[in-house]
Amino acid sequence: MFSIVAPSLDSVQKALANLYDIAIDQAVEFRGELTLYVKPDRIVEVCKALRDHADLVFDMISDLTAVDHLQEMKEGEPRFHVVYHLFSTKMKHRIRLKAPVWEQSPEIDTVMSVWCGANWHERECFDMFGILFRGHPDLRRILMPEDWEGHPLRKDYPVSGQEVYEYINKQLADE
Amino acid sequence: MPYKLEFQTDQKITRTLKKAHPDHMVLNMGPQHPSTHGVLRLVLELDGEEIVDVVPDIGYLHRGMEKLAEAKGYHKFIPYTDRLDYMSPMSNNTAVCMAVEKLIGVETPPRAQYLRVILCELARISSHLLWLGTSALDIGAMSVFLYTFREREVIYDIFEAVCGARFTVSYMRVGGVAVDVPPHFKKLVRNFLDDFACKVTEYETLLTDNKIWRMRTEGVGVISADKAIEYGLTGACLRGSGVDVDLRRDNPYLAYDEIDFDIPVGENGDTFDRYLVRMEEMRQARRIIQQALDRLPEGPVKIDDNKISFPERSTIEGSMEALIHHFLLASEGVKAPEGEIYHAIEAPKGELGFYVVGDGTGHPKRMRIRSPSFVNLSALPEMSRGHMIADLVAVIGTIDLVLGDCDR
Repeated sequence: MFSIVAPSLDSVQKALANLYDIAIDQAVEFRGELTLYVKPDRIVEVCKALRDHADLVFDMISDLTAVDHLQEMKEGEPRFHVVYHLFSTKMKHRIRLKAPVWEQSPEIDTVMSVWCGANWHERECFDMFGILFRGHPDLRRILMPEDWEGHPLRKDYPVSGQEVYEYINKQLADE
Repeated sequence: MPYKLEFQTDQKITRTLKKAHPDHMVLNMGPQHPSTHGVLRLVLELDGEEIVDVVPDIGYLHRGMEKLAEAKGYHKFIPYTDRLDYMSPMSNNTAVCMAVEKLIGVETPPRAQYLRVILCELARISSHLLWLGTSALDIGAMSVFLYTFREREVIYDIFEAVCGARFTVSYMRVGGVAVDVPPHFKKLVRNFLDDFACKVTEYETLLTDNKIWRMRTEGVGVISADKAIEYGLTGACLRGSGVDVDLRRDNPYLAYDEIDFDIPVGENGDTFDRYLVRMEEMRQARRIIQQALDRLPEGPVKIDDNKISFPERSTIEGSMEALIHHFLLASEGVKAPEGEIYHAIEAPKGELGFYVVGDGTGHPKRMRIRSPSFVNLSALPEMSRGHMIADLVAVIGTIDLVLGDCDR
């Protein structure tokens, strides 16, 4: 069985009040989950509001990642969505936030001021997608070697291992 | 690529450390250190023997699983999940299969759900046994290790009887499990449970009231409830700090809502409390397995829809339709609709979540693995500041991290 894990859209609308109209583009409900599409410049504000509201209390960031829409994006559409999965340890419910990020300037504000747990997630997102988190105190690669070129989870990055061999050969040559 | 980083690895980490005092020493620990449970590298800033700061350096076991998932498709990705948290492959299999099932919008038959519960809880016991043995070994209690490995062996015998593999099982499938369990499965598990009944108490006689064990664990690696939540810790690391969260009860999945069990919660958030929580979790896992075995329903073990689950091997030789379905499933894979879901289960180490974005084909557009070890490890600096180096070993042990899970 799968349990319904999202709060009702009404309660979120009520909790965010004015901010909902200003900051949320769209809300989607799918398989008992709720997704809010947030304007990227309002992300920190929305996160704070979701964390601090007494009926929602999203006090934990479960996950932060991104999705690359390279193949199907049209002119002027964002290439990436940064995806936030929030969880409330008190109300035990979940919500997903998605913020668009454009290819020309892949930048978004860090949410570390809201949850310090976002630190490693944002570093990984930067490492894998090359999205820069403005205001992050220590934005360096976390999984790939620090002098690696390219961001592996981008759709234009090949799956084949050629890069790895080149990288190792380069290191051996340097030694 | 426009966003290139320009610095040398060691320089950057040392710079990140920002030594608080010129007399402090910077020491490298790992990645080949016996107590780091794999390939974890830590750069320590030390004032004498006291830890001022820790910078974990991970990624030595990064295999690009999320990228591989995009190339492999849903079914072919299942064996990769065995290599995530390789101490509990059953849980990882279950998590990924449930995520895909949720995206497709199907539910497995009750027998498959109960089997998954039983196997996941067995995996929890085996994972906790390994944690207990190795973390006690790190702290200096040698004999516990030998006992816990004895019991773990029996669990692996059960896994072998179920699916033929002991370690990397790949037993779950989208839509159910690979094959039904053998006829003597119930007897095997019951025998193990009967033997295991007094075992946790036996381990506790070695450790809980052991003065050295208590001195090494009490007050070591403390993290407050608020900090634990803010860091996103899950599993025993969160419950040890007194936060009562367990996804099996709070966001119930499989058949957990029909089963009665308690969730142990600590108070102080130190290594000793996390130890007690995990010990009790093993007892509760035994209770869960017992109930699930009693209620294990008869019936099919996978969905009767050959667009999702493989047809029976015996039907392939006689039925053209079954052969076609088998061919299509093996070549194109399960087709998931457009949409996105996040499904998290309570794995032995904490919340194991899969965020899957489907695009209507047999390949996910994005398969994100939210691994518990990665997040739990991020709190290591917070937990170990101010302690001695020897305590750092205890703290690494108490986080119960597996680098395969952490680096993916």
